[in-house]
Amino acid sequence: MSGSLIGKSVLRKEDHRFVTGKGRYTDDVQLVGVTYATFVRSPYARADIKSFDISAALAAPGVITVLTGEDVTKDGLGGLPCGWMIHSKDGSEMRQPHHPVLAADRVNYLGEPVALVIAESQLEAKNAAEMVMVDFEPLTAVVNPATASQADTLYEAVPNNLCYEWELGDEAATDEGLANAAHVTTLQLTNNRLIPNAIEPRAALAEYNSGTDEIILHTTSQNPHLARLIMTAFVQIAPEHKLRVIAPDVGGGFGSKIFIYSEETALAWAAKKLGLTIKWTAERSESFLTDAHGRDHVSEAKLALSADGEFLALKVKTIANMGAYLSTFASAVPTYLYGTLLAGQYRTPAIYVEVDSVFTNTAPVDAYRGAGRPEATYLLERIVEKAAAEMGLDPAELRRRNFISRDQFPYQTPVALEYDTGDYEASLHKALEMADYDTFSARQTEAAARGKLRGIGLSCYIEACGLAPSQVAGALGAGVGLWESGEVRVNPTGSVTVLTGSHSHGQGHETTFAQLVADRLGLPIEDVEVVHGDTGKLDFGLGTYGSRSLAVGGSALSVAADKVVEKGRKIAAHLLRTDVDNIDFEAPVFKMIDSNESKTFQEIAFAAYVNHDYPSDELEPGLAEKAFYDPLNFTYPAGSHICEVEIDPDTGVVEIIQFVAVDDFGTIINPMIVEGQVHGGIAQGIGQAMFENVVYDDAGQQLSASYMDYTMPRADDLPNYSVHHASTTCPGNPLGMKGCGEAGAIGSPPAVINAITDAIGNNNLSMPATSCSESGRAVQASASNAN
Amino acid sequence: MKQRLSAPSDVIDLAKIPGLDAITQADDVLQIGAMATHAKVTASSLVQEHCAALASLAGGIGDRQVRNRGTIGGSLANNDPAADYPAAVLGLNAEIVTDRRTITAEAFFKAMFETALEPDEIIQAVHFPQVEQAVYLKFPNPASRYAMVGVMLTRTAGEVRVAITGAAASVFRAAAFEEALTSDFRISAIDAVTLSAETLNADMHASAEYRAHLCKVLIKRGVEALSA
Repeated sequence: MSGSLIGKSVLRKEDHRFVTGKGRYTDDVQLVGVTYATFVRSPYARADIKSFDISAALAAPGVITVLTGEDVTKDGLGGLPCGWMIHSKDGSEMRQPHHPVLAADRVNYLGEPVALVIAESQLEAKNAAEMVMVDFEPLTAVVNPATASQADTLYEAVPNNLCYEWELGDEAATDEGLANAAHVTTLQLTNNRLIPNAIEPRAALAEYNSGTDEIILHTTSQNPHLARLIMTAFVQIAPEHKLRVIAPDVGGGFGSKIFIYSEETALAWAAKKLGLTIKWTAERSESFLTDAHGRDHVSEAKLALSADGEFLALKVKTIANMGAYLSTFASAVPTYLYGTLLAGQYRTPAIYVEVDSVFTNTAPVDAYRGAGRPEATYLLERIVEKAAAEMGLDPAELRRRNFISRDQFPYQTPVALEYDTGDYEASLHKALEMADYDTFSARQTEAAARGKLRGIGLSCYIEACGLAPSQVAGALGAGVGLWESGEVRVNPTGSVTVLTGSHSHGQGHETTFAQLVADRLGLPIEDVEVVHGDTGKLDFGLGTYGSRSLAVGGSALSVAADKVVEKGRKIAAHLLRTDVDNIDFEAPVFKMIDSNESKTFQEIAFAAYVNHDYPSDELEPGLAEKAFYDPLNFTYPAGSHICEVEIDPDTGVVEIIQFVAVDDFGTIINPMIVEGQVHGGIAQGIGQAMFENVVYDDAGQQLSASYMDYTMPRADDLPNYSVHHASTTCPGNPLGMKGCGEAGAIGSPPAVINAITDAIGNNNLSMPATSCSESGRAVQASASNAN
Repeated sequence: MKQRLSAPSDVIDLAKIPGLDAITQADDVLQIGAMATHAKVTASSLVQEHCAALASLAGGIGDRQVRNRGTIGGSLANNDPAADYPAAVLGLNAEIVTDRRTITAEAFFKAMFETALEPDEIIQAVHFPQVEQAVYLKFPNPASRYAMVGVMLTRTAGEVRVAITGAAASVFRAAAFEEALTSDFRISAIDAVTLSAETLNADMHASAEYRAHLCKVLIKRGVEALSA
């Protein structure tokens, strides 16, 4: 039976629960005697706190207590740390301002929490929160990242508001490439700031058991063990073994639920301090103001080309906005997840990138679906397309001339990564074929006859996923190893409980992981149950992000399943009175090689727990095996996206006519789930390219803080996608997988923008290219001129 | 109230007052009761026969939930600058009937969220006279899907009315376009006509100039539609 489940579009086991309303999210968890918290937040982007007056709030109906930043200070809580150390060019360590759980004397972004009101009902907590008098003295806010290093200093210990000035690559070689170029293409661009918008807002429910001195925190987390580690080892709200973090069903994260925030931490602290059970569920406007945002780069790039279009060098200068504080992984995003990806799919021999990370009075920015890699891909694929236009070359042909070819792997790029495998030409070829690229000009002519502008855009992306080989991550500054744990626990009746440190918040792990283990052991998928998201049940795990779950967490389970088979062979040998070398496992049967005798998996499982005659010095009872899997390398999913648009020159309205994605994800376990991931990723990528945008005014007030103004892509904005896979097997893990979670969001934005610039013949365009934004007016203006 | 901007001591529901949601017709005048929901208006065969543009406008308001709760009276009394009904009322030259008087469309809409209604005055119905031709074109805000610009173009006995919502603080008539089209109902007649951006709204979604441009595009498309 082995091999029968891999590659099958098995329906998702978890969906019956979700579509019948039986999912159990944090806010669904009901506990006796629960109280409710509301946070008092800063109405200013930057202000001194002169004083707190909580007397009126304390006297309000239903109020149990009010805690402020002063209580956090009094209790000596640590700040929320950033887990990745980046060093500047000069070798100095990045500068990290203290990130308080609740601000006591200074607020640094709109919505920053300063106090916590706990009441018997949600409404009473909300009413009383309005009675907490905080005497704010507003200060001039620093909002624009491009000028932040010349603006007022926000933190004494952070001169020029610079977190770090980082570099990667060989500047001299890059300058030489630029000097010797036949053509240099330059491009300035902005990667717009986004809000993750998980469908379930962040939530927490903290309870404290004074009998056991244990805090139990239910919360919306992508990595509950990391939450426990940071809250205990760094913020020091309790000893690690006295905090249990449970992430039950979680409705989406896209990165935003990796990070350890003030609110969840404050709730766990308050629960123990006051002996209360406390619930908080963010309102959508709190999500807009305080969930870690994504992207927000301002960049300049130069691409040097030879006369026949060979890339000679790429030089990039980027300013990355960190927001007001360093969120949990913020520092790594514009550096090791960005600069290292600037080689893309190309042989560019010299690359040099400088990144200045700056602090501003805006919400913290951290990893959001793709994290650094979409920014790298957007920059590279825009400038390649611009170079093709300037040199009069077909953009597909220009890419082909520079691709790392299939026989050049493993390939060492000039920006640290060693690509393991790939076939970029094959993906592009297939995508061009699917998009009918060769006959595009006929469609363009036909559209022109209807008064429409038609354009086509390509994007050939690569990403480094499967985060991450711990040794490499450690050398680059990561505060933790990035392995994953897994356990395959066989029950006496032969059913299997799979425990994983990965966390599913929409990805379908309960199906994919079950498929993987059921396939390996030859069991029906119904007999395999996946458990995740509870520090009380699982070994330490690192969670889900960076398209790592299957490549790293799945590999851990693969190793654990192999160990189960090995143990099973020993048990079979014992039961069949033969040598272990004489036992083969042909899932689900353990067979004697030199006879017809065999034992089923179920017989072995039962025997593992009930037999009385084991040679105890050779064979332990039980059948449960663990693995901690550390990958050897990143994985390198790659692919080609093609977008074709039609623009109404009168209004600038862009319609996506077709969107083709051909991806190389390595081995695929469940094509349906993978296709869903691709669809969702492309939707978010199109969202970034055409709709979504966080806007702060000069005072640091967010103008886009509701769905009335923040444009989420809707079904009628999106085309049908044509999705295909052109796979090469990943040599870096036992499953041959590369990861698919982020690809859509990485590959799609430049394809969309390249299609629009192609249609209007104007490269001076920024995201989001809605018909109405600044760039939309550029579309419209160019379109009118072209007419 | 949900956003805690207003906390009235009492809320009175008018939904159960008999007849307040009735849709009737007499002497070429369509009467829509103040409590008629958008869903009821769009589904009404009387409305569809009297003025298909009005029925389709109602069907394009908000989403299904809004259309089944929101009413024409509520929308008009609120006079949201981006609401659709004000364009219909002004463009179709309707009259607002209250518990004490009848107010012309021109006199009703005062300013942003401001109408001629007294604090205790209640709209009972809206009277729509017969028009020969009408079309409503909306350019939705991409985020909220409210009208960033909405144009109601009508034509009766050669007289053209152009009412625009979404573009300014309150609904208004585009006089220069009305004049040009009344004398010559062809696109070429408005080639040289422009709308000043000076009093139009500007926000993160669209500049005043872009709104002015869109108004003209929609008016042209309206003329095209009514000439077809």
